[in-house]
Amino acid sequence: MDLKEKLVSSFLAFENKGGLDMDSNVHSIRLNAIQNFEKEGFPTRKDEEWKYTSLRPLLKHDFSLFPSNEEAIEFKNIEKYLINEIESYTLIFVDGVFSSHLSSTTHDECDVCVLSSALTRPKYKMIVDNYFNTIAKNNNSLSELNTAFTKEGVFINIPKNTVLAKPIQIINFSTGSENEILLQPRNLIVVGENSHVQIIERHQNLSKNTTLTNAVTEIFVNKRAIVDYYKIQNDTENSSLIDSTFVSQKQQSVASVNTYSFGGNITRNNLEFYHEGEHITSNLNGISILNGKQHVDNHTLVNHKFPNCESHELYKGIYAEKSTGVFNGKVIVQQAAQKTNAFQQNNNIIIDDGATINAKPQLEIFADDVKCSHGCTIGQLDESALFYMQSRGIPKKEAQALLLFAFGNDVVEKIKIPQLKTRITKLIAKNLGVNLGFEL
Amino acid sequence: MNKFTEDDLKKELETKEYEYGFYTDIEADKFPVGLNEEVVIAISKKKNEPEWMTLWRLEAFKVWKEMKEPEWANVRYEKPKFQDISYYSAPVQKKQLDSLDQVDPELLKTFAKLGISIDEQKRLSNVAVDIVIDSVSVATTFKKTLNEKGIIFMPISEAIQEHPELVKKYLGTVVPTTDNFYAALNSAVFSDGSFCYIPKGVTCPMELSTYFRINEGGTGQFERTLVIADEGSFVSYLEGCTAPARDENQLHAAVVELIALDDAEIKYSTVQNWFPGDKEGKGGVYNFVTKRGLCEKNAKISWTQVETGSAVTWKYPSCILKGDNSVGEFYSIAVTNNFQQADTGTKMIHLGKNTKSTIISKGISAGHSQNSYRGLVQIGTRAKNARNFSQCDSLLMGDLCGAHTFPYIEVKNKSAQVEHEATTSKIGEDQLFYCNQRGINTEKAIALIVNGFSKEVLNKLPMEFAVEAQKLLEISLEGSVG
Repeated sequence: MDLKEKLVSSFLAFENKGGLDMDSNVHSIRLNAIQNFEKEGFPTRKDEEWKYTSLRPLLKHDFSLFPSNEEAIEFKNIEKYLINEIESYTLIFVDGVFSSHLSSTTHDECDVCVLSSALTRPKYKMIVDNYFNTIAKNNNSLSELNTAFTKEGVFINIPKNTVLAKPIQIINFSTGSENEILLQPRNLIVVGENSHVQIIERHQNLSKNTTLTNAVTEIFVNKRAIVDYYKIQNDTENSSLIDSTFVSQKQQSVASVNTYSFGGNITRNNLEFYHEGEHITSNLNGISILNGKQHVDNHTLVNHKFPNCESHELYKGIYAEKSTGVFNGKVIVQQAAQKTNAFQQNNNIIIDDGATINAKPQLEIFADDVKCSHGCTIGQLDESALFYMQSRGIPKKEAQALLLFAFGNDVVEKIKIPQLKTRITKLIAKNLGVNLGFEL
Repeated sequence: MNKFTEDDLKKELETKEYEYGFYTDIEADKFPVGLNEEVVIAISKKKNEPEWMTLWRLEAFKVWKEMKEPEWANVRYEKPKFQDISYYSAPVQKKQLDSLDQVDPELLKTFAKLGISIDEQKRLSNVAVDIVIDSVSVATTFKKTLNEKGIIFMPISEAIQEHPELVKKYLGTVVPTTDNFYAALNSAVFSDGSFCYIPKGVTCPMELSTYFRINEGGTGQFERTLVIADEGSFVSYLEGCTAPARDENQLHAAVVELIALDDAEIKYSTVQNWFPGDKEGKGGVYNFVTKRGLCEKNAKISWTQVETGSAVTWKYPSCILKGDNSVGEFYSIAVTNNFQQADTGTKMIHLGKNTKSTIISKGISAGHSQNSYRGLVQIGTRAKNARNFSQCDSLLMGDLCGAHTFPYIEVKNKSAQVEHEATTSKIGEDQLFYCNQRGINTEKAIALIVNGFSKEVLNKLPMEFAVEAQKLLEISLEGSVG
């Protein structure tokens, strides 16, 4: 039985067993979603959006959909994956199940809790009805699949005029209790007017077993709110991730999503911004440092619908060994979106001959009074710069690492949490295989 | 070419409609509409082709029947009904012509209106013209000069008769019959086109040029061009197009193959000014062209195009950089106005070492038009030190048009250097104001700015074309001041 059939046929069991409310709105959303998924199935390489990424090797696995035995993990096992230097709210999921003893949630000034409780409690019904699955709807078959199996995930609701003092950390662990597991976390984040929140997200496989995560996150940024979202992707070589993040922005809001991809088997990031007001700023930053046979596909879309908005996109990639990088950046400027400033940049370095880069920076512009540009480069390190450093007694490997580090630094500089910046810097140094020998 | 004065432009601006939209009344030898194997065979017979050619056509037809029209391009149009087209039409020739005096005076008048008076050219300019009216070449000039150098420049139908070994060796090697829907169709039914062979070490002393026209109503035109530059040779080839105004949509599916052997250089320039349809978007030519060049060692192919006409354009002049140190270039201006749609660009396939390519594409869209750049830069694993620079700039005039870029970049080599940049903007109000202030009216000012915007590409055109192209830009954009 192939994966699609398995998923479709287990849908009923999922709803029944999960003790889910069958009368709610959410039930009809789920039902609709599974029908859409059944119709469309998994995307193939014939699909223009999946031209450079094949899911076929992943779909061969016999994934278990509902992990049976719960694996308890201790805090000391996961400590190193958290950023402990700062106080934060933490939401930790183990094999898709919320782990309350490892997490710290709140309902005081805002709601930082789990989606399962938001979906069932009447208190949140309004928010769920207003927001849940409004932007992810009918987007692609994989997000439909996630919607159909919506059960658990993060629910963050920040009321008006609240600046969250502590960032929020979300970590999804898989323990390897099953040989092959499919996880489908679903996150809903609503940020009220004038509020500010910082979120760090990570997926981590603790074993050598195969994991496929199909995550969907919806983020709603209301008027004048600020959201900083950081995604750390440094997983094991048996872990694959399909991450769809949809951001809907109201006027004068600022939303930034930063993606750091350092590892994983196949990583696909769908990142989409939709504008619902004027004077919006959207920032998309990313850095990918890959080796082995890793594959990262960054697929971004910024849809400018209203005048006077800005988007800034900066993606850098360093590809070694047999790794593959894909960048597909789409910017749409609709007719009404006059005075739009949309900038997109994608720089790549290939270290080894086996590595591949496929880039498709795409502009679709229907308004005339706009400033839009994109730039895309693929190259290698400056030989003379390398030679200069070597002539000053810096070994070649370090010199190379320093130059690569400098190459990626533009993106690292965008991180607003100093402790996170240190962490990312260390990860980059580790990935480049050097000790940079200076404190950052 | 005479200097183009302000008065000339004024006069042209007054006659706003398509200026080349006349229709020459020549008796034409025409096939009944429809396409099947018999028609393919009949075309082949008509041309007195050898058997291998007929088989080649039938093979292509078989492939075509299985193919579907491509739909990935960013254009919307009513699909041509392939069974409602007459696949062959040739002006009736009474007898073999020895000199220009014997050419049908009607035909000569047409040439005069197109501004390519043969007598004029024969005496004054250094251009050999192989004129194609509705698929059959009727006059070829400067044959003698070319003959002395050993250059073969003739209609492809004649080349099939006279130089079958060359045609057989190279036809379909760069654009195989199976390449795409329109290339397959062309291979099956092409009626005529140009053939050019430059022998080893020869620099062609003049610009070779062909004017294609679609003349007879309801006929599709399927040109086949094959240019072979042998080792160490050089040729500059010009192709210019105008078509009469017609109500129904006309289909044009040409195939151009360039082969540059070791150390050879081919420069291929096109000015395309087919009927773009009227202001409501009615009528106009469908232009679905496959153009591709193959570069061997140290060879260079340079495509330059000015696209101002056609209702729908679907065209990607490409270079396969097979040999080491080969160079590919693509310079393009695509102007769309009213309801025109253009999806054009290039493919640069780097296979050899130290290959270089440059892409400069300028898109100008006005009215309700849609203008897309679609390009591919591919660097293979063997292509060490490959280098590409791409730049595509779009200029938008008015808020009802669209400009799109779809660049694909695929790199599989660590020593590759690829740069791509694209910008989209409009004509600055301050630029216009500055011109107005200096007494230049808005229409003129726009022409001035557009010419400046496209200068990089215009400069690459041969002199004769550059003047014509500048004029075309102005005509195409008239009335688009937003």
